[in-house]
Amino acid sequence: MAKVPVQFTLNGSEKAEFVDSGTTLLNALRDKVGDTSPKGGCHQGTCGACSVIIDGELRLSCLTLAETCDGAVISTTSGLSENGVLHPLQRAFLDTFATQCGFCTPGMIMAAKVLLDHTPNPSRDEVVEALSGNICRCTGYEPIIQAVLTAARANSQNAA
Amino acid sequence: MELRKSYFADVRKDDLHEIGQPRPRSDSPGHVTGKTAFFADRNFPGMLHLKMVRSPHHHARIRSIDTSEAEKHPGVVKILTAKDVPHNVYTILILIQVGPEDETVLADGKVRWKGEAVVAVLAETERAAQEAAAKVKVDYEVLPAVFDMEEALKPGAPLVNEYHGQNYYLYDSGECRKVRFGDVEAGFTGADHVLEQSYQSSPIEHAPTETTGCVVAPEGNDRFTCYTNTQAMFFTLDNTSIILQMPGSKLHFVGGTVGGGFGGKVDVIVEPIAILGAKLTGRPVCFIYSREEEMQISSPRAAEKVVIKDGVMKDGRIVARKVTGYTDAGAYSRHSPYGAQKGAGHYPGPYTIPNVWIDTYCVYTNRTPSSAMRGFGVTIGDFALEVQMDKLARLIGMDPLEFRFINAYRDGDMKAHRQPTEGAALIECMQEASRAANWPVAEKYMAMSSYVKGA
Amino acid sequence: MALALQTFATVKDANAALKAQGTRYLGGGTLVVRAANEGDVSVSGLVTSTEPSLSTIAVAGDKVRIGASVTMATIAGHPELGTLAKAARAVGGPAIRNMATVGGNLFAPAPYGDFAVALLALDATVSTDSGETPIETFLANRDGSRAVVTSVNFTLPKADSFRFLKVSRVKPKGVSVLSIAAVLQQAPDGTVSAARIALGCMADRPMRARAAEKALIGRSLTKDGIAPALAAASDGTWPITDPIASAWYRNEVLPVHLGRLLLA
Repeated sequence: MAKVPVQFTLNGSEKAEFVDSGTTLLNALRDKVGDTSPKGGCHQGTCGACSVIIDGELRLSCLTLAETCDGAVISTTSGLSENGVLHPLQRAFLDTFATQCGFCTPGMIMAAKVLLDHTPNPSRDEVVEALSGNICRCTGYEPIIQAVLTAARANSQNAA
Repeated sequence: MELRKSYFADVRKDDLHEIGQPRPRSDSPGHVTGKTAFFADRNFPGMLHLKMVRSPHHHARIRSIDTSEAEKHPGVVKILTAKDVPHNVYTILILIQVGPEDETVLADGKVRWKGEAVVAVLAETERAAQEAAAKVKVDYEVLPAVFDMEEALKPGAPLVNEYHGQNYYLYDSGECRKVRFGDVEAGFTGADHVLEQSYQSSPIEHAPTETTGCVVAPEGNDRFTCYTNTQAMFFTLDNTSIILQMPGSKLHFVGGTVGGGFGGKVDVIVEPIAILGAKLTGRPVCFIYSREEEMQISSPRAAEKVVIKDGVMKDGRIVARKVTGYTDAGAYSRHSPYGAQKGAGHYPGPYTIPNVWIDTYCVYTNRTPSSAMRGFGVTIGDFALEVQMDKLARLIGMDPLEFRFINAYRDGDMKAHRQPTEGAALIECMQEASRAANWPVAEKYMAMSSYVKGA
Repeated sequence: MALALQTFATVKDANAALKAQGTRYLGGGTLVVRAANEGDVSVSGLVTSTEPSLSTIAVAGDKVRIGASVTMATIAGHPELGTLAKAARAVGGPAIRNMATVGGNLFAPAPYGDFAVALLALDATVSTDSGETPIETFLANRDGSRAVVTSVNFTLPKADSFRFLKVSRVKPKGVSVLSIAAVLQQAPDGTVSAARIALGCMADRPMRARAAEKALIGRSLTKDGIAPALAAASDGTWPITDPIASAWYRNEVLPVHLGRLLLA
């Protein structure tokens, strides 16, 4: 069956793949490109574990077809740290114990990153709203909210 | 956090150096960078996808299975039915001599719950497996089903599981696990009040964010590596060895990284059939539950019913407690005979009561097989016991916390299971809870001790 | 048959492709890709269109046209659609709102489709290449609908006359127990002169609460004034039973939430 060519930028590198038509971006990233940081928790759009950033917007890669991402700029959690230095969000999640099983973490960090990109100093309510599409079944929401607020503070201190 | 070291200061060494100190988790760096390898992060060239054809009926006889159309479907590599499984009837706890074997890997002649695995389809893509699964024809003769434990225990109820022969697990102690201590009927006769209440719970799904599954790779030397998110690595390995009649040395299990378990990943369900698929095709196989399967197919916490009858004195002493517990195993045992037994071991709760009678039943119904979940056999019992304690306190007009001080077990008390109590600490816990919750109790209770005689 | 996507520059061509058996229109993917992921093998061909008019919002006076591919996030952030922002934000989390389209919401089965509840209260029309259909008629016939929805059109209500409430068990948000949208017009004395009330999750698709609407006319928005409307709220409902709530529960709590909405 015919393969569809798709090219996009993933975490700053150019990627070109041939995918089966109808392949989700989640499967293309994980099985073709080899970036397994987005997780498949429900494939229904309800858990947020597959969250990625496409052209600056938070999207669910499990409900996005890879071929619709031709030319897109995509970010995932695996590309956040630079030269081995953790991104402030990663640092904050680590320091504030905001991970337990870790399965929801990459999606949580993506949702938090989009928030901080647009709203560098969010209120607690804004953090809660930004994470409202991401489920943590270990129910570590409080530390996760605190981590995002901590990262925002760290960012603003660095900027000052 | 405040560490109150005054408790037990005279009976323990002052060596709690780690408590209250932040320590980094060893797995967090992998989690925050997306590098932690969960089982599904393993991908192998030529990997096949396994999809299960499941029973649409709660209870039915299988007249015939026709896989001919499905086998012809493009992309299908192998279709497995009961006859392909070397040792198809198993039970997880056989490893600790808790039998009989009562569950089929793939249904053979009968299905006993809605969602039971009947036929496994292995195909090049997930989609091809789904399409072929839709072409498998199973002819069912629907049988009467039973969903309620009390209905299941009545004479003439539909027999759920022929391997047991009756709708309850037969322990060496008989139809239930039993605890007998003192004379419970005499206790009721002598009590100022007797209160009997029943408590009931529904099944609860663990709903882990990562669904149950495994990825199996044949190693080319007749050995198979199974990447799995099981919470019970060696139970799974040993059961797989039995089911596939394959020495354990041929099986290499890789796991320990679990995307949420909560007890929901201790059954042995996906690994044996996926390894069998890999063995019969010579190709890597992945079998991952969909979200719908995770919610509907994986074992939930058992539904329970707990009937508690207590005799209590006006001065607050509980003098007799009779508990009858029912654990709904669903159609198969899995861990439920153990869960019901744990209930018997847990009642009458952390209280010293001179007359105790406990019966706990493990009951079979045509519901989804239940299994382990966070304190299974105990958690629902604690809910029932503590609600009952509140009701008893209200009945005699006593503060519910003071009522618990009066009945709390203390070091040296003989428990209903004829084990003397050691290291109870319940009194001290309640004293601290009284302060933390700003729920004052009389000074005499604050002066009590779990381990100082007479205090 | 694997799933294959065909993309067309025009709605006309997409409509032609949708005549083939086993095809479905792909909007934001939150319904169709989800179904495919869950093993629905009845759909083998996905069709979508990139016609620019599908993605535009046009506001002329109080007349609004929202292209069918416009997302909930775009509606929620549109400066002239502030009245509807609450209803658009009620849909999903941020990622879903960046994907879910207004056209798709018309097809979302209960307990989803909260924005369509708002559109029903607004008495919107639904456009396809073959013309405009009142939303109530469209929703009633949606299961057999094949033509690509191009836009929804409605008259923007005055900000204080539109009310919306979504009830979830999870905070800050979760799947609907039910949702209610209302457009209320009040006479100078404060009594209700016209009312349209739409309910979500009280049937398999959004429905109007006509008995409650009728019972509000001429009444003031006070506890006593709305009592007859609350008593009639459940007339003709056929709520869904799902893991969120039973039909019985939904009927029990509907008057409570309708009361809160009307007295707000």
